[in-house]
Amino acid sequence: MIRSQLPLIITFFTGMLLIITFFIPHKPFGDLEQRFLIWYSIISGFTVLLGLDSLVRYHLTKLKREFNIHSLILLFSLFLTLILGFYSWFKFKTPFALNSPFMYLYTYVIIPLQATMFALLAFFIASAAYRAFRARTFEATLLLIAATIVMLGRVPIGSYIWKGIAYLISSIFPKIPYEELAKKEIFALISDWIMNVPQNAAKRGIFIGTALGGIAMSIRIILGIERTYITK
Amino acid sequence: MYFFLFIFLFQYNYFEYIKVYDTPSDEGGSISLEWQIKEEFISEENPIKFFEIYRNEKKDTLLENVGFVLSQYNYYEDKGLKDNKDYYYQIWAIREKDTLKSEVIGPVISRPQWFNKNRFNVLIITIILFIVFLYYIEKARKGERLFVRKISGLDAIDDAVGRATEMGRPILFSFGLGFITDVVTIAALSILSKIARKAAEYGTRLLIPNYDPIVMTAAQETVKEAYLESGRPDLYKEGDITYLTSDQFGYAAGCDGIIMREKPGAIFWQGYFFAESLILAETGHAVGAIQIAGTTAITQLPFFIAACDYTLIGEEMFAASCYLKPEPQMLGSLKGEDFLKAVILIIFIISVIIATFSIIFKNFSFLNNLYEFIKNIFTIK
Amino acid sequence: MKDIWTKLATIDRRIIYLLVFLVVSLPMIFRMIMPIRVSSEVKMAFSEIDNLKPGSIVMISIDYDAASEPELQPMLIGILRHCFSKDIKVILLGQWALGLPLGEIALNQVAKEYNKRYGEDYVNLGYRPGYTALMVGIGKEIRDFFPTDYKGIPIDSFPFMRKVRNYQQIDILVGLEAGATGDAWVQFAGARFNQKIILGTTGVVAPDMFPYLQAKQIVGLIGGLQGAAEYETLVRKAGSAILGMPAQSFVHLLIIIFIIIGNIGYFILRKRK
Repeated sequence: MIRSQLPLIITFFTGMLLIITFFIPHKPFGDLEQRFLIWYSIISGFTVLLGLDSLVRYHLTKLKREFNIHSLILLFSLFLTLILGFYSWFKFKTPFALNSPFMYLYTYVIIPLQATMFALLAFFIASAAYRAFRARTFEATLLLIAATIVMLGRVPIGSYIWKGIAYLISSIFPKIPYEELAKKEIFALISDWIMNVPQNAAKRGIFIGTALGGIAMSIRIILGIERTYITK
Repeated sequence: MYFFLFIFLFQYNYFEYIKVYDTPSDEGGSISLEWQIKEEFISEENPIKFFEIYRNEKKDTLLENVGFVLSQYNYYEDKGLKDNKDYYYQIWAIREKDTLKSEVIGPVISRPQWFNKNRFNVLIITIILFIVFLYYIEKARKGERLFVRKISGLDAIDDAVGRATEMGRPILFSFGLGFITDVVTIAALSILSKIARKAAEYGTRLLIPNYDPIVMTAAQETVKEAYLESGRPDLYKEGDITYLTSDQFGYAAGCDGIIMREKPGAIFWQGYFFAESLILAETGHAVGAIQIAGTTAITQLPFFIAACDYTLIGEEMFAASCYLKPEPQMLGSLKGEDFLKAVILIIFIISVIIATFSIIFKNFSFLNNLYEFIKNIFTIK
Repeated sequence: MKDIWTKLATIDRRIIYLLVFLVVSLPMIFRMIMPIRVSSEVKMAFSEIDNLKPGSIVMISIDYDAASEPELQPMLIGILRHCFSKDIKVILLGQWALGLPLGEIALNQVAKEYNKRYGEDYVNLGYRPGYTALMVGIGKEIRDFFPTDYKGIPIDSFPFMRKVRNYQQIDILVGLEAGATGDAWVQFAGARFNQKIILGTTGVVAPDMFPYLQAKQIVGLIGGLQGAAEYETLVRKAGSAILGMPAQSFVHLLIIIFIIIGNIGYFILRKRK
């Protein structure tokens, strides 16, 4: 009973307190939000240990059961980074000193690895776009055309292509001067319009819905109606 | 109430006016200064570089420099003061070639306030929000039947878990890069609870790699309880719900590795995601898993929609717990949300009309004032 | 045996990957360059910094890490070059611990180009956890969070830092963002303390920031590699962003070609059915 009720009471009390303190600048209420945020930062700092414990224990058990090269590499890199970090900290006062061994690890291992993972996005976007952008319905066709124009409008090649189209138009209709038409940068203009108007409108709609949903969820949590996150 | 508010309006040689007063709606310990230098002392050949603020507790003693502001500002808030104590101020305008000094002004006293008047509008809106929600929750509790539209992403959970079971493959669930302080993570926990119950029922393995250790603990507890409720506590394995890393792309690499090795039959991406969303979802697609995503990260929605079978968009995530566990109180809050959405929509339409007309008919100051009034109601200071 | 249309509608993703790889790497290997059209939002950002007087202070926040380096590092270098060429002082700090070394690398590189000295022309404050508390805190007193720089030297030992108390002494805040911290800068530094803000973001995040630009909550927006290339164009010093743009151009074109091919295959197959 107390195990399931106590968290609800704490949630209600803290939630209401923080809402009320938003309107009271007087001490000790005024800086309570700030104080709670600092407490959270302190606690979240310690939870790294929790994560470390989970990670190390999981891979040690796995290694005990059978030889696993992935687990071995993981544990080795984990402790190597830790040791180099502490060493650089003591020797150079900060692990991020440009000539420290930790910085070497950072520059030549972490940067390339992170950049590689992010770069995979280019490959995945290409394959996902190829698969998903099919003109199955009228809406899908609109989406497809908009995406194509934005892609062209955002890069220099769009302006080359437009110049080509302008040349074609002015050679078919000689009354339309090529120079003026080429300057118009139609892809970039339409792309800016798509990004500023329809894109923003849809995004704001979703955003307002999400914000209201968030408020409703928060009120449910504060009032103890939403209990799915609390175990009995 | 205003007895502690001192406003000084003097005509000086150099300054049009100088106002020194206790900063309103604050926790105390602060005095605000506002000033305007006379037009004739602003020149191109001898421009003002910055203003220096001098202060002391007694009028006739030497004043101490307490701060400076750039020339484009004409406002300074002096903080870190003691309450209920006299202070005297002087402002120096430092120009390229000379310095213009104001007279010494004071005494001014700083005091804390019990109510932040700037947030009065927020207080009213908060009270209205609570009243609306409580009204609809109460109404639902009394037995009124409420309708919730179909959310196909949530209906598909059973099928997805069933398919993974048929294929003899595990299920993968990820909270993305959300922390426990994000409301969306809590919404994801209730979806996880439903999935875990189904997984326990079918005896299917559930893998949850984590980005945040606290979320990991919450996930472990949720799954453990769901297994217990389904009468299969023996199936619960802590090793299946582990911490990976708190590095964005490290996490993506880790998840992708797990997907390629374990080849899950169903994958749930529920929570807060950033640029790694497509890296995760495309890998999931590559192993042929049925994927259900849900996020409030608007920028990532297009990626999930392109690569996943079902996607819960924004507020659908928050409605999930009500949808999966349709208790009257929960549904009542959904209804309240819809009512508020309608109200906001009406306010939008009215403000857009007023704003448009106030531009077309510039001579009607009434329209402009009305628009400014509505704007102020919804501005948080 | 699949016929040609079925093949077009279902190209193996490995072929797509291979072509993407070639289209990205070849322009980089041959160092192609294309003219850059400067958008209004980048021009706004540039002129805000350009209008500052010598001795003004710009605070740059490194809110990204190595993953977004290709997009955001050229922005940082471009902005630093711009600031140092106009004798503007720079305060660097970061909300992403793993991004700070990138800031340090860029500072070192650009400071050498313009003969700028640490402590006199720029400082690096480093990282403190808990970004919301920090952003609100700087509005009151920067020393509450950064009594010392990242090496532990008291910030009051640097002449230009002695006068910096809070946002009121900082002319412009530049947030280089790969995640959600940009919103927080606008909400806390901008809305609460009226700080002028320029945001430089990754291409994915940029659309999210347009509403802030429209509402004048930020005074400039540099979006993605394209934005970085535009800034480089304005600073008149070509860097990795301008070199990267042809690759991005061709990969966009390739994706469009794939979409067209996929649709042709799809339509012919549908007609047959």
